[in-house]
Amino acid sequence: MSDPHPTGDLAEYALRLGDDALVAAQRLGEWAAKAPEMEEDIALTNVALDQLGAARLLLSYAGELEGAGRDEDALAFLRDDREFRNCLLAELPNRDFGGTIAKLLFLAAHQRLLYDWLVASTDERLAAIAAKARKESAYHVDHAAQWTVRLGDGTDESHRRMQAAVAEVWPYTHELFAADDLTRRMDERGVAPAPATLRDAWLATVEPVLAEATLDRPADGWAPGGGRDGLHTEHLSYLLAEMQVLHRAHPGAKW
Amino acid sequence: MVITRTDLRETVGAVPDPELRVVSIDELGILRDVTEDPVTGLVTVIITPTYTGCPAMDVIRADIRAALAAAGRPDADVVTVLHPAWSTDWISESGREKLAAAGIAPPGPARRSGPVALTLTTRCPRCGSTDTEQLSRFGSTACKALWRCRACREPFDHLKAL
Repeated sequence: MSDPHPTGDLAEYALRLGDDALVAAQRLGEWAAKAPEMEEDIALTNVALDQLGAARLLLSYAGELEGAGRDEDALAFLRDDREFRNCLLAELPNRDFGGTIAKLLFLAAHQRLLYDWLVASTDERLAAIAAKARKESAYHVDHAAQWTVRLGDGTDESHRRMQAAVAEVWPYTHELFAADDLTRRMDERGVAPAPATLRDAWLATVEPVLAEATLDRPADGWAPGGGRDGLHTEHLSYLLAEMQVLHRAHPGAKW
Repeated sequence: MVITRTDLRETVGAVPDPELRVVSIDELGILRDVTEDPVTGLVTVIITPTYTGCPAMDVIRADIRAALAAAGRPDADVVTVLHPAWSTDWISESGREKLAAAGIAPPGPARRSGPVALTLTTRCPRCGSTDTEQLSRFGSTACKALWRCRACREPFDHLKAL
């Protein structure tokens, strides 16, 4: 059966990817001037900048597809929490440095595989964005993997904290591989992969890192979700409040 | 003065990169094409970003328009394309030499897809030694990493292969 709303589907899909990147960028940006060392301060904000770059491309595309006159700024700053489509993993608080690294490892490993797939998408614009973003994602995965090993296989304290972070964040990774009607239609049209098909490759990326870091790979079980339907943790609202306040207080303001 | 079509590419290509002032956008591989509509005479400049979040893109767009306006073509269109994705392999030989002369180690070949991440030694742009080490995978801009030379003890920027 042909899809009754092909453009709407694509807009929604681009919004999901764009929101993942935007919310991840905002969280990583919280480390500016607060990271454990100067180099890491620069590193995390550089990763944030890459994520923001991908978010701008994806949200601009989503806005064009929607055709309602909303640009990247309108989508980033003028939507409320229930309208965001990011995965819960991206919005979770940073906790400590290890928590941030665990989140980055899991999210970036997924983004890398997804962008790799999307390079061959039947949608040319998504393919072009993915071809650009995947090179940057590879660097993010490397960086997070190096820190995971350093912290996991470091001191007793860094090991304890890294293990706790991995255990806390792991359940939220299941949402990355969850299918719904939209992903099924994207899959049928060759626009995007069936999410579950990426999980083996994702595990093949993160499990060796955890093993080298002497960290236990948590058991699969509880799998919270809802982000793709706009059902978020309370943490997203606080994140959005900080991210959006200036734009909303001064509509149309320019530097 | 109104420049001729053959000079257009040269005019635009000579615009320096705002963050790597020693190289032009042509040498850096950011400039993809310059076209002129034979009927309307409208100039279209096609550029591609180095990194998706590169904050220099707005400045580059403005600098291109300013360069063309100064050459009598104030109504140019600057279009950004993503495909094919920029690679450090596109940096020209002259661009590499200028980077090295400015103390920025030019990138090695971009990493191809494969099972092993191969890291090649980076040569110190000051003393030429290959006895160098990476201090930080991220540097002063998205496109650079911070390195140090063990021979001459000087830190230096390295343009990351992408």
